[in-house]
Parts: sequence; structure tokens; C-alpha cells
Amino acid sequence: MQPIIQINDLAKKYKDAEFYSLNHFSLDILQGEIFGLLGPNGAGKSTLISILCGLIDPTSGSFSIKGLDYNRHAFALKKIIGVVPQEYALYPTMTARENLVYFGSMYGIKGRDLKDKVTQSLEFLGLLNFADRRVETFSGGMKRRVNLIAGILHEPEVLFLDEPTVGVDVQSKNAIIEYLQRLNRNGTTIVYTSHHLAEAQEFCTDIAIVDQGRVFAKNTPQALIAETPNAKDLEDVFLSLTGKGLRDAV
Amino acid sequence: MLYKIYQSVLKEILLLSRDLGGAIILFVMPLVLVITVTLIQDSTFKQTGNAKIPILLVDHDHGKVSQSVNDNLAKSNAFDVISRFDNQPITEAQAKEAVFKGKYQLAIVIPADLSHDLQAKIDQNVNKIMTSFGVGDSSATATDKKKVTQKEVKLYFDPAVQIGFKNGVMSAIDQMISQIETQSIYAAFKEQLGETEFDFEQQSFINFKEIVPTIGNKEVKPNSVQHNVPAWTLFAMFFIVIPLSINIVKEKSQGTFVRLQTNPVRTWVVMAGKTITYLIICMLQFYMILAVAFFVFPHLGLPPLHFNFSLMLMSLVALFCGFAAIGYGILVGTIAKTQEQSAPFGSTSVIILAAIGGVWVPVFAMPEMMQIVARCSPMNWGLNAFYDVILRQARLVDVLPEIGLLFLFFLLTTTIALLYDKKKRTV
Repeated sequence: MQPIIQINDLAKKYKDAEFYSLNHFSLDILQGEIFGLLGPNGAGKSTLISILCGLIDPTSGSFSIKGLDYNRHAFALKKIIGVVPQEYALYPTMTARENLVYFGSMYGIKGRDLKDKVTQSLEFLGLLNFADRRVETFSGGMKRRVNLIAGILHEPEVLFLDEPTVGVDVQSKNAIIEYLQRLNRNGTTIVYTSHHLAEAQEFCTDIAIVDQGRVFAKNTPQALIAETPNAKDLEDVFLSLTGKGLRDAV
Repeated sequence: MLYKIYQSVLKEILLLSRDLGGAIILFVMPLVLVITVTLIQDSTFKQTGNAKIPILLVDHDHGKVSQSVNDNLAKSNAFDVISRFDNQPITEAQAKEAVFKGKYQLAIVIPADLSHDLQAKIDQNVNKIMTSFGVGDSSATATDKKKVTQKEVKLYFDPAVQIGFKNGVMSAIDQMISQIETQSIYAAFKEQLGETEFDFEQQSFINFKEIVPTIGNKEVKPNSVQHNVPAWTLFAMFFIVIPLSINIVKEKSQGTFVRLQTNPVRTWVVMAGKTITYLIICMLQFYMILAVAFFVFPHLGLPPLHFNFSLMLMSLVALFCGFAAIGYGILVGTIAKTQEQSAPFGSTSVIILAAIGGVWVPVFAMPEMMQIVARCSPMNWGLNAFYDVILRQARLVDVLPEIGLLFLFFLLTTTIALLYDKKKRTV
């Protein structure tokens, strides 16, 4: 299978920072994968996602998505990616439908197509009955689901998710995971960060464990467990590679 | 592109409509501001206002001069002259204490023998002149050679009284006394000449006539409303900076701005949506204020706004003032990190811009350095353009430089905001 994301020697050092957040980071992510990007706080996951989404510029290095080089096709890249940020990036005083129509329209989706996509997504994630209620009245799980829909209305080829299930109940989490698996079956490559290692072990087809701005290990969850002495699950692999010391990122 | 701008405008309108309190403030507060300030300013300059300023008169003279001062002050309708406390004549010490404690704003102390000494001094001078022409009474010159000392009319002002008021009162009293002196000189000449039937023409020979612009044969005399409405409308329009900058800061804090940055939409498209929406608000504010000035002001005892100017041109000026205000709001909102930064900074800076721009004090009355600063202020450009249209009957070509500068200010501030936003991404 072809790599859909190719990251070459990417580095990022924030202004006034002592260390590189990403340090000669190289990685290939294959088309159709559900790729888990795991690491402790301050490992460089969010920095990597922010660069890949075009939110911040790398200090050096390059990357391409579906053959489009970031340095030359930054705007075109945004049309084929979808982003689901960790915070609820929604207008609280607008209804779920109004939010989704607005964000969908920013991808150029119009008219009947836009309406249908919004309705179908809301229905699939169990929100159709609440479509015309303001987002500020929603529970955390409901907001999380609207947040997800806002990132996938345009059916992106690559979807970046930053902890999409954090702070939600089991039912919402299940609905989100099912929806993401459906998207993946329809051809969307998913890049996902999470601190829920059990969820990642179950959900991801491939995983990279990153720390100190570098890739420590990359393989399928099963292979990673098998490679690590005395590891029963992904959490054992994670602790073995990144250590048990506290990582308080500031 | 147009579709995305259109959707952004719809979104902004939705957000505004969901904040009913905010929307009411956006439209009602400018009206309250314009009405309040115009009412205050109008009564300040009205000669026939109901409110009279009480002033104390301490009369040690009891003569012609003090009587004349008293009569003139009473006639002016602006002052209520008080010369007695508890049926007793006011002493200088009482007057001084009352004024310095702020109970009264002004006390006038007329010195003893002012009328007598003034007359004596005039008689001496007139006699001297007449004698030099050989028609004077030389015996009188010999007897009235006593030294007449200069007299002082003392004025006590409440320290809180503003300099403008102080100067106005001092000039009025000075004028009054000069008039009394002139009349006394004429009277002295008349007496010396012994011409009982001869009457000097005592009316001022030189008069002032204000020539105002005309439309056709009709004079366009500016009133306080013609002055206040443009100035305070502009001020109110610039207050759009506060809700707009809060809107931008909110988008950043709730993550929607970050989401938009990951979408295939340029930041300027998002800002164009905001610009169009807030321009609509600015224009609605403008037309509402004009409508209130025309329909409501007469019911509040104010002169109505005379529409003897081009409404189209006035609207064009308002539109470009709106552009300048919005550009500034976008810049403040982009640079501010929190609402606690944007709201106080936005409001304070608008007040400073208004002060610099000549909304409070006319630019020509400012110190030289501030006049230079004022020429760089967008509010000054806007105010000048408004005055050009309303009071100077200007045409489009006359206001082009001002509206050009206002638009340039919009372009400059939004460009700085967009560059600043871009630079933040290279942290």
C-alpha cells in the first residue's frame, strides 16, 4: 500500500523553547490505515498534528499528503484533510445544524448536498432530534459528536483526530468509534492521538509511540506487544518505551 | 469565494441575533449617547436656557457701575445674581468661602467708590483734553487734582470651574465695564461742552455680521445639532471596535478560529464576513441616529437636524468611517488574547482617538503638536468629512481625500492584523 502521508526530517522548535518539540521526525502513514499517535504529555503529538493541519509552520523538514507537498500546496492540502480538534470548536449560541452548515460551507459544499450530509451525519450519531438546539445546551458527549461531524462533512481523505473520545460517556465513545470505523471502511485514512491505550489497541491498525519529538517505535499493536519483553498490552509497551517518570508539560 | 463570504456574513448575523442584549446595546447605546450629549451641549450654548447659574455679587460701590453690572448680569438670562444672604448684604469673606467650597461657581466683588473714582478719573482726563483745546474749566483742573488709584473688580471662581466658562465670564464682565467707561466718557464730554441738547451717538459703530453659507437664497445657519450629530455619530460608530474585537477574541478562545484555519478558507474571507456584517450595523446605527435627530430631537426641545446636505454623500462618508472603525476592531481583536484585554483597550483607545480627532475639543484649539497628531487620526478625517458635507456643502470631490484616508486606514489595520496572525503561526 502507498503511503498517503510522508513526513521527512521534520523539526519544530518554538520561540524561546529550550528543546525541539519535533526532532528529525520521519514517518510514513499508509493509505487506509487507522494510525495511532501515542506518547506522554509533551512528546510532540499535538505539535505534529498542528503542523500536518497547517496550523503552525515547521522549523525545518517537509511533509506531503497524497503527494501534495506542504510547502507548495498548503491550501490544496486543506481540501483533502479533515480535523477534529480536542476542544469543542463550535459556536455555542448556534444550533448543531447551523454550526455544521457553516463549517460544511467553508469546504464549498452547497445547497441540497450540504443539507443532506448534515442530516445524515446527525442521524448516524444520534443527534437528529437535537439538530435545532443550541450547542451550549448539549452534554459533553453530544458536543464531541457534533465536533466530529464538523470535521468530516466534506468526506476527507485523511482525518486527524486529537483525542476524540476524551471526557465522553461509554455510549458516545462507542458511537464515535463506530462512525470512525465506517469512515475508514469508506477509504478515509485516520490519524488519531489518544491517552486511552486500550481504545487505541482495539481501534488502530498501526501505532507509533513518540517521545521527545522522535518516533520510539512503530508497528501494529499486536506486533508492538509481541516485540516488548513481558508486555501484556499496549500500556506495558508504552511504559517500557517512555518510562514511568511524570511528564508535566507546560 | 463569494459563497464563503456570504455564509460567513450569515454566521455573524446569527451570532449577533442570538445575543439580544448585545444587539440592543449596539443600537440603543449610540442613540443614548448622541441624545444625551446633544442635550447637554445644546443647553450649554443656549442663551435662553431655563437653567441659570447662581452668582454672588458683593457690592461695596453702591453706585452707577455696580448697578449697571447688576442690571446687565440680570438681563443676560444666564445668571441669577445673589447679593444678600439672610437679608444681609454678602461680605467678601462669605462670598470667598462659598465659592471656594463649591457652593457657588462665581463671586464678583465690586470695590468701594468704583463709580465715584471712575467718574473722577474720566472727569480729570476729559478736563485735561478740553483745557488743552482752550475750552476747559481751568479752575476745576486745579481743584480736582487728587490722585485716583486704579480699582480692581475681584472675581472668585470655584476651582472646579472649567477654563472656557471662566474666560467667557471674564470677557463678558470686561465688556460690561468697558461699556460703562465709554458711556461715562461721553457723558463727561457732554457736561464739559455744556451742550445739554447735544446727544452723542453711543451705539457701537462697528458691528459684526456672520456670513453663513447659503443654498439658493436660504442661509444655512449651523445649530448645535448640526455640530453634535456628526461628531457623536462618528464616536458611536467607532465603538463597534468593542463588540467586534470581543467577537474575534471569543472565536479564538472557543477554538472555532483554529478550526477555520484548518479549513480551505483564507483568513481574509472570514474577516470579510465580519467586515460586511459590522458595516451593516454601522450603517444602521448611522441612519437610526439621523432619524432620531430629525424626528425625535424637536420633541426633546432640540433643534431638528436640517437635511440641507446630500444624504448620499453623508452615507458614503459614514460607510468609510465604518470601514476605518472595523479595521481597527479587527486589529485589536487579533492582537488581544483575552476579552479582558480587548474590551478595556478598545473602549479607552476609542476615547483617545475621539479626543485626538477633535470630537471633544476642536482641533484648531489644540496645542500645535496635538494638531499634528490630530491630522493623523481617522476620527479627525471622518469628522472633517462629515462637517464638509453637513456644514460646508461639500461635493464628492471635496471629501475624497478624507474617505481615501479612512479606507487606507482600514486596509492598513486589516493587513497588519492578517500579517500578525500569520506570524503567530511561525512561532
